[in-house]
Amino acid sequence: MEITLRELVTSIHGMLFGGFFLLALFGALVLLLDRGNPDWSNPDAAFARPAPRWQTIYLIAMVALGWAAVLSGATIIYPWYRAIAPLGANLALYPQRLLMSHPTTAGWHNFGMEWKEHVAWIAPMAGTMVAWVMLRHRAAWNAYRSVRTTVLGFAAAAFLAAAIAGGWGAMINKKAPVQGGQSYQLMGSAK
Amino acid sequence: MTEIKLVPQNPANGSVAAAVLSCGVGCFLLGVLAVAADGSKRLSATLNIYHPTGPLSGVVTVAIALWLLCWTVLAARWRNKTLAFGKVSALAFLFLALGLLLTFPPFGDLLLGR
Repeated sequence: MEITLRELVTSIHGMLFGGFFLLALFGALVLLLDRGNPDWSNPDAAFARPAPRWQTIYLIAMVALGWAAVLSGATIIYPWYRAIAPLGANLALYPQRLLMSHPTTAGWHNFGMEWKEHVAWIAPMAGTMVAWVMLRHRAAWNAYRSVRTTVLGFAAAAFLAAAIAGGWGAMINKKAPVQGGQSYQLMGSAK
Repeated sequence: MTEIKLVPQNPANGSVAAAVLSCGVGCFLLGVLAVAADGSKRLSATLNIYHPTGPLSGVVTVAIALWLLCWTVLAARWRNKTLAFGKVSALAFLFLALGLLLTFPPFGDLLLGR
């Protein structure tokens, strides 16, 4: 059972960073939808308690995963994806060129990748703001329903952007996988 | 004996407003730069600051830098202030929606007359 370096890094980008970021964003949405927080109807809550330690760790990890996903995607995977193929090269190693080489697959790049490569960045930007407000501005968070509603809206937008980017990434990688580089033997071959 | 109850004042929301509005503005600028780089070869070449990634490197670097700059400036100006948060929120959502729309390729192509 073998995997190439590019396949391994692409899996880490998509399944570890991107996948867990999406899961974490969904968890943050659930946290934001929790209407049972006693602080919200308590006037003394303006003197806010700090966020529980687990929420602090959770939200910082969520933001770190989001930035790791977009930064690894843009600086490592995307250059492999968009590399220019030398004349006569095997296009299987040049995913963008492979997709654009045929009109029936060109849309995966012209529409899918063009959308994914930009919309993805909205997710960690909005996720950072959401985490920042939830962790650093508990007093305003408790006092104003409008603050909680706005942050919920931005968290939903971050989830949508991450889902679009992740969905297109998975589909494009099925049509034209990023592959190549050194091979690693994960497990001995079955006989 | 009359009981005196301390009622806390609503806390300042200026810092939160700065974070929310700058995030919306950042998303909008990302969309604007993405469409502009797609429509202008000159701008696209200027934004190609990391060649393996191409113009995308400049688009996101500039958008993130402007987002953080906007956040820093607004946070400094609005610290300890209480603003009409509804208006700030509406403006932030407008920018966010436009940012999302501008990253959608058919909309960008429509603006570029393609």
